[in-house]
Amino acid sequence: MALKLTINNLSFNYTSFPVLKDINFIVDEGEILSIVGPNGSGKSTLLRCTNRILKTKQNTVLLDGKDANMLNLKELSKIMGYVPQISTSTFPFTVFDVVLMGRKPYIHWSLSERDYEIVSETLDFLGIGELAMRHFNELSGGEQQKVIIARALAQEPQILLLDEPTSSLDIKHQLEILCILRSLSQTKHCSVIAAMHDLNLASRFSDKILMLKHGCIYAAGTPESVLTEENIELVYGVKAHVANSVLGRPQITPLMSEFNEVKNLKTSPETTAKS
Amino acid sequence: MNKATELKQLYQRGKKRKILAILSIFLALLIAIVISVSLGAGSPRFNEAMQVILAKIFPSLGIDPGTELTQIIIWDLRLPRIVLAIIAGAGLAASGATMQGVLRNPLVSSYILGISAAAGFGAALAIVFGISVIAGVGHYLVIANAFVFCMLAMLLVYGIARLRGITTETVILAGVAVGFLFSAMLSLIQYVAPEHEAVRAVVFWLMGGLNSATWESILIVSPIVFVTIVLMMFQSWNINVMSMGEDVATSLGVNSKRVLKITMVLETLATASIISFTGVIGFVCLISPHIARMLIGSDHRFLIPCSAFVGAVLLLCSDTVGRLVLQPAELPVGIVTSLLGVPFFIYILVSKRRQSWR
Repeated sequence: MALKLTINNLSFNYTSFPVLKDINFIVDEGEILSIVGPNGSGKSTLLRCTNRILKTKQNTVLLDGKDANMLNLKELSKIMGYVPQISTSTFPFTVFDVVLMGRKPYIHWSLSERDYEIVSETLDFLGIGELAMRHFNELSGGEQQKVIIARALAQEPQILLLDEPTSSLDIKHQLEILCILRSLSQTKHCSVIAAMHDLNLASRFSDKILMLKHGCIYAAGTPESVLTEENIELVYGVKAHVANSVLGRPQITPLMSEFNEVKNLKTSPETTAKS
Repeated sequence: MNKATELKQLYQRGKKRKILAILSIFLALLIAIVISVSLGAGSPRFNEAMQVILAKIFPSLGIDPGTELTQIIIWDLRLPRIVLAIIAGAGLAASGATMQGVLRNPLVSSYILGISAAAGFGAALAIVFGISVIAGVGHYLVIANAFVFCMLAMLLVYGIARLRGITTETVILAGVAVGFLFSAMLSLIQYVAPEHEAVRAVVFWLMGGLNSATWESILIVSPIVFVTIVLMMFQSWNINVMSMGEDVATSLGVNSKRVLKITMVLETLATASIISFTGVIGFVCLISPHIARMLIGSDHRFLIPCSAFVGAVLLLCSDTVGRLVLQPAELPVGIVTSLLGVPFFIYILVSKRRQSWR
């Protein structure tokens, strides 16, 4: 079941403006990879190229060494699940209906026993079983995010792609969602690729980190090797202090951005940061 | 009890409720048919009407069909009109539900691709100048013209939207633009038309009406409408998934551009075949899906047939009222649908706690 994802020389242009240039990386089964980088560095585009929302050239996305372009959309959707940055539904659907959409690649018209089983299993896995008949649009942001992850899991994916899964959530939901992803990679050997803004969360939950700058890979590897003071300053333009957290992972405290320095803006009430 | 079976029961109970709702609308439709066939100009009432219908459908029973006048009033005047109202209402409403779903927009009607204005222009061209785009259509001149221009409008919208890549936004904008183009040309025809009589006829056509219904027209319209509704229903799962956005649809294996193209063709075929015979009947296609959504939710497997039945009831009731209120004169059905439909729609809008769209 497990699958190795290889991204091989992937480039992507919006009309003539290059967004991604020569991206190469490998994700092994059950690995959690975080993609970090400033706004506009190409994180979302990279995710969307991976599951062919955006079309790329032949032999750039490989699954166990085979070109993913050879699969049709439906076959691909049985391998990769996708959780977008924002999820809204124009018309009212219940949570059950939304999660059921994840079964779309398997359903013809009526539902099979397996569809019910998978939906109830994933609702249970995410702890939202009691929401099943509630309306999706009436849920809180954290609950909605869990429902959308449940929908992606109902696809029975081997690779899960998430676009900033925690960016609009409170700390409780952030923690819960990331623990769910961890457990997913460990128990179901599902690979997880997530675009992340919060470097501390990325540091804490990832096996590997990919740091993008202007559409190129600037650094890649373990959190310790990528999230250094030097890299953060060069990629984000932010002076930061990196220490070891109580959990033994790098913890980043941003101190001063170039802009603040020029304008001489204070970063905390009492002191100006020392550089 | 295990959780999966519990969930299944819960879901199936909901499904049963939906089917029950659809059946009750169907029942309402049957009642509306009986009332409509028993009322109207001329003397025949319920008993005579039933006699004629039974005698015509089952000649072997040997039922006395009554006088020739009764037979004409029931079989050739009232019934075709009722059947056409049902087919037209169902086709327009199902198209509206499909297009609202595919374009993710509750304001969309089945006229979104500019086809009402195009049909009007085609009809006006035939009425005022007797110009036909197809030769040898005889008394189908107006109908054929209206139909052809609907198809032309769709192709135009498709072509314009394609220039920037087909998305819901480009289709809606192109549809609005093409609609304005054809209504301007329609106004131009009315402005330069040599005779007042012709302009009057165009205005009358634009108001829409079912009074010209014949069994012949029903024979042409009904297969098209039936087949297109069934084909739209085949797209139900795709449309459901598309309501979460195009990216999500792609990630669930649905090619939304393809679904959009297919439904555009189906919707135009259904709507064009109806309005070329009836003239522009507005509003049914806009509100029927909303009423249906309030009753049974947004799952298009149920929503499309439910909208169709709601549309049929709505149009039949409106037409019956239009036939009766000003006897012996008639109110065009387009006027009645709006006059009756709007207050009804506002009533369910405010009485319903839950919003059925965002």
